[in-house]
Amino acid sequence: MSAAATAAAVAARFRPGDRVKVRWADVPGHIRTPWYIRGHTGVIERLCGAYPNPEELAYTRSGLPAQPLYRVRFAQSQVWPDYVGSRADTIDVEIYQHWLDPA
Amino acid sequence: MHEHPHDHDGHSHGHSDPHPGVRPDADDTLSYYQVMEIAVRELLIEKGVLSADAIRREVEKMDARSPALGAQVIARAWIDPAFKAKLLERGNDALVDLGLERGPYRLVVVENTADVHNVVVCTLCSCYPRWLLGLPPDWYKSRNYRSRVVREPRAVLREFGLDLSERVTVRVHDSTANMRYLVLPARPAGTERWGEQQLAAVVTRDCMIGVAVPTASS
Repeated sequence: MSAAATAAAVAARFRPGDRVKVRWADVPGHIRTPWYIRGHTGVIERLCGAYPNPEELAYTRSGLPAQPLYRVRFAQSQVWPDYVGSRADTIDVEIYQHWLDPA
Repeated sequence: MHEHPHDHDGHSHGHSDPHPGVRPDADDTLSYYQVMEIAVRELLIEKGVLSADAIRREVEKMDARSPALGAQVIARAWIDPAFKAKLLERGNDALVDLGLERGPYRLVVVENTADVHNVVVCTLCSCYPRWLLGLPPDWYKSRNYRSRVVREPRAVLREFGLDLSERVTVRVHDSTANMRYLVLPARPAGTERWGEQQLAAVVTRDCMIGVAVPTASS
């Protein structure tokens, strides 16, 4: 990440361990939040840094201020009602902060 | 060109389609975006921005990368605890220590243990640590793998020949944005006296994606 992107980054709202809910939104464009995880609640696994927003980059804009990016961990048994496996199984997804609300 | 738009062999589900709305892979026809790529490439060459030779050299560079690079990283992590700690903490920096490319993306290394098994997917496209593993296998890019390994990872792993106990936690990592993932497999039993080269030889591409585990006999 460039120094400019760091300087123009949105402050991180969440810390590892925080419970977050992924926004449910059906919006057009270059969205990196997979459909299957929208509306689900998980826990911040780590902050990955801040990156220019891909939804803006895709249209040749700067994507600044950079958005904090997190790895969010979800329980598979909660994401898929018919999940076959251990209750401890997880899925980790990289999600930008503007797609997350406190839960 | 053949005329079987629905004949996407190898990707039929074998049972009533559980993913309505999921488009089949379109790797047997020239798609809209493939045509666009060719058109843009030809224009760039025509206008002198790029040369066909420069593009070929880049493809050659890409093709020269292979999972052997990743295997070298894993073997070092198995014999050097300080390197392993750094690899898990600051993956890209650890690569530089080995004289490898730092890579264009942040590397996240996830460790398999007796209790945890990790597997990597990119459900949105085909994100993959190419600078370490080379080009991803075709199945990694297939809609079948991408849609199924997130919701039935244990069934998919069984199809790869990996039958995991319920006591092992399965962690799926969806590579949706700026991270790239490498699975650090558990060092196989019976390799205690092996050297680095011999260890690297049992670390296959699939082990580093997480659909297989290395064994001393492989």
